[in-house]
Amino acid sequence: MSASSREIDAGGRGEPDRHARGDVDPRAWREETASLGMWVFLATELMFFGGLFLAYLYLRTHDPEGVAAASTHTHEWLGTINTAILLTSSFAMALAVHAAKDARRKAAQRLLVVTAAFGLAFLVVKGIEYGMEWRDGLVPGLRFTLAENTRTATLFFFLYFVATGIHAVHLAIGVATVLWIAWRLRAAALPGWRVDEIDVLGLYWHFVDAVWIFLYPLFYLVNLNA
Amino acid sequence: MRWSIPQASDLAGRVDALFFTLLAITGLVALAIFVLIFIFCIRYRRGARVDRSGAPANNFPLELGWTLTPLAIFLAIFGWAAHVYGGFYRDDPSAMPVWVVGKQWMWRVEHANGRREIDELHLPLGRPVRVVLASEDVIHSFYVPAFRVKQDAVPGRYTMLAFTPTREGTFDLRCSEYCGTDHARMAGRVTVMAPAAFDAWLAQGTPAQSMAARGFATFRRLGCSGCHDPRSTVHAPDLNGIYGRVVHLQDGRSVVADEAYIRDSILLPRRDVVAGFEPVMPSFQGEASEGDILEIIAYLKSPGTAHP
Amino acid sequence: MSYLEEGFTLRSWLTTRDHKRIGILYALAITVFFFLGGAAAAIIRLELLTPQGDLVSADTYNKLFTIHGVVMVWFFLIPSIPSTLGNFLLPMMIGAREVAFPRLNIISWYIYVLGATFTVGAVIAGGVDTGWTFYTPLSTLFSNTHVVAAVMGVFIVGFSSILTGLNFIVTVHRMRAPGMTWFRMPLFVWANYATSLILVLATPVLAMTLVLLATERLLHVGIFDPALGGDPLLFQHLFWFYSHPAVYIMVLPAMGVASEIITCFARKRIFGYKFMCYAILGIAGFGFLVWGHHMFVSGQSAYAGMVFSMLSFMVAVPSAIKVFNWTATLYKGSIEFTAPMLYALGFVGLFTIGGMTGLYLAAIALDVHLTDTYFVIAHFHYIMVGGSVMAYLGGIHFWWPKITGRLYSEAWGRVGAITIFAGFNLTFFPQYLLGFLGMPRRYHSYPPEFQLLNILSSAGAAVLAVGYLLPLIYLGWSLFLGKRASPNPWHARGLEWKTASPPPKENFHETPEVDAVPYAYNPEEKLA
Repeated sequence: MSASSREIDAGGRGEPDRHARGDVDPRAWREETASLGMWVFLATELMFFGGLFLAYLYLRTHDPEGVAAASTHTHEWLGTINTAILLTSSFAMALAVHAAKDARRKAAQRLLVVTAAFGLAFLVVKGIEYGMEWRDGLVPGLRFTLAENTRTATLFFFLYFVATGIHAVHLAIGVATVLWIAWRLRAAALPGWRVDEIDVLGLYWHFVDAVWIFLYPLFYLVNLNA
Repeated sequence: MRWSIPQASDLAGRVDALFFTLLAITGLVALAIFVLIFIFCIRYRRGARVDRSGAPANNFPLELGWTLTPLAIFLAIFGWAAHVYGGFYRDDPSAMPVWVVGKQWMWRVEHANGRREIDELHLPLGRPVRVVLASEDVIHSFYVPAFRVKQDAVPGRYTMLAFTPTREGTFDLRCSEYCGTDHARMAGRVTVMAPAAFDAWLAQGTPAQSMAARGFATFRRLGCSGCHDPRSTVHAPDLNGIYGRVVHLQDGRSVVADEAYIRDSILLPRRDVVAGFEPVMPSFQGEASEGDILEIIAYLKSPGTAHP
Repeated sequence: MSYLEEGFTLRSWLTTRDHKRIGILYALAITVFFFLGGAAAAIIRLELLTPQGDLVSADTYNKLFTIHGVVMVWFFLIPSIPSTLGNFLLPMMIGAREVAFPRLNIISWYIYVLGATFTVGAVIAGGVDTGWTFYTPLSTLFSNTHVVAAVMGVFIVGFSSILTGLNFIVTVHRMRAPGMTWFRMPLFVWANYATSLILVLATPVLAMTLVLLATERLLHVGIFDPALGGDPLLFQHLFWFYSHPAVYIMVLPAMGVASEIITCFARKRIFGYKFMCYAILGIAGFGFLVWGHHMFVSGQSAYAGMVFSMLSFMVAVPSAIKVFNWTATLYKGSIEFTAPMLYALGFVGLFTIGGMTGLYLAAIALDVHLTDTYFVIAHFHYIMVGGSVMAYLGGIHFWWPKITGRLYSEAWGRVGAITIFAGFNLTFFPQYLLGFLGMPRRYHSYPPEFQLLNILSSAGAAVLAVGYLLPLIYLGWSLFLGKRASPNPWHARGLEWKTASPPPKENFHETPEVDAVPYAYNPEEKLA
């Protein structure tokens, strides 16, 4: 909220909206507006994943041993590789945003493609991992054949699939959007060369990355500290 | 049409006192507001010749006053209500236990001596009662309006209620948490009898095995005794006098072996493994009904458990 | 050329990005749902005329109250004021030409329609019988009705709420006209801003909860069902974490509407404007901390219960402030009893009763007796119907000339307001008594001793039904035969009245500049 102490005095002169005044660069105004919109959206997303983390917290406090035991069945090296891939993609995205701000169109475009490629690589690794988990019978409700078939293990993998599945959907949307914007950047003359889009997309991408940074220890690393 | 409900428990009077005090306070305040609105609306109606000068747009002390005054009143009511509420859950070791299991759409009651009832609950006048609630399926709610008590029966856990009936007679028992098709018909009767009449009632009927004795039978039927008997070759904790004892667990925690702990140990044996034992016990989920478990608990509570 | 004349084809409406037209699209959609939910309520009240469950079967009755709850909460009340009046008015009130994200705005309407399709589909396919609360394990393991379709509908419509909230927040932050500082904004804008914060922060929690619930039901694996190792109370915590703030989603905008109307027809600046702003924010904030008061008898710990009880009393303070300030606004005013004013005064009265009976339910020992009885039903209907629906109708009347450019019949408007007020009290006041006497909610049949009060309540419902049909008729009539409205028929002070009725597509031909406090009314001015 931008209510300064000056504005609080309802009778006094407050800060007028500079956009409506017309004395502000419309592009800068649009960028700020778009990024505020994205921040609000990310607040929503945070609460969305928050419900999931609460469910996980419930499970973990009720049966810490069971969670630790179940987590040994995840492929932590695949998870670690994926973490590295996603962090690298975020780095590429940060460079892309930087390039866009400097109006280096070609560089921005190339970096976006790199970002999307890393995102896709993540999804491929995740897909391979899901395949292995299906083979090992770790999918609750459909194919669950774990030898120590405890409830906690079932719930653990239930939450694992819901959480990583929803994360993967977010990432897939991100990849598609990144590619779409990169495609639109192919010719300089095209309208829609909009820095704000790339900036906002960067926020989204980093958020999806950050969610993974939470999921990774919760599902892969539980047992390492035991 | 009955315009009042009887006060039939020690809690009812206290709850009603709270209700009618609140009714008086809120009634007076609401009346004051409505009268003021009414007076202002008449006096300051458009076209009326009245002095409208100097109308304030705000008045900080006044507004602060009508912020803090309600706050003080509210906190006082909160304190009172919380105090009364404390009485609902006091732990009275001498209280007479009754086990009630909700099931779509009936109430199953079992007394300590093994006498069972369905949709009926007999209680002695003036004796503290502790109702232990469980559910076989969905959430139900045990509601006796005349006692002013209500408690959900939640599958997967035990909930408690404690009160003392203070009036002889028959009172309605209702389910107040929506539980499916015949929710509205999940009703019963609570009969409060003079203590002597109650004792006579309790003794008659089917030559009852006590709940503990039935629990011992269940203990053997489900095969619990195979491992938990001291003479067994399987290394399992001795359950003699387990109820109420402090149990040390493998992960360093210690818990009191109450109803909930025993129940969890039967259904989720790997959750709280006792220190020094292997987690070899299978879960009895699906094999032991809520009724079975309550009986086993009654058995484990009885003195001289392992050698009846 | 007004926004209504920008195109007359269906296509021009369905592809519009004009916030005013989107508001009207919403109004049409929620009116359909209001009468759908109302029809379910009518059958419920008919059934309850007699103690025996003799009109419909128990299963049908359970489906009726479920569909009544689901439709009224998610498809009428939550979008009611924000998505219709809010969409139409919020940009105009801050002097903006449009919302921050016009395309997102129309998308959110389509998402609403998609969600509505799922829910109507669930009803047509045979209905749902879990109650609108979807408590587990009843909803995941025991009900064999169309739970997943209904839950999908609610899940989808949630995104419509989120996008509307997001749009409003950014619009308020970024689109205000020169001079429109935070403390010059009308209370209607403040209320919708606070509502939007709740929409954005609470709705996603419900979304995740419903995802978990649907997965649990489909795959028989889950976190809420004790038979699967889960905990049904976890569901209740997550559900009420959304659904209690949702109550404020429904009532905060209503408070905003009432503030606009009362100050206009008392011709006086709203008393204690800043306290009103802080009260709105206080309600929105505290509203997130009181969900546990729905669970006093659920088996949550007694200490948690006491903490939630205390916080629930705290949230009542800002509500009390608002009632006092509306009352004080009337003092030394120049009060005119138009139809919108009657609705607004009715709102204040009914909200006061509803709010005060909330104190009974916050008092934890008393709640044990009253919860899950008709006392609760009466309490939240006083807030949501007596409060929100009265204010919604008041707002529709107040801004009708602005929205349509026509004047409705004042006399009929007053008759409608009074009929609804009377019918409402007759319907719901007896339910307080029923609750105190121990009649549980969601009962298809009931003990005969409760019949008299139930007959009164059903009689009231009949009056109420007439009351709700009346505006439909005379407002519809005015669309074609009503007198043309001037830009400012009520001599009101808000920016929305400084442009034509109906407004042009871009709202203002020239961006307005604001240099004064809101509601600069003077009770002694002479009005033509």
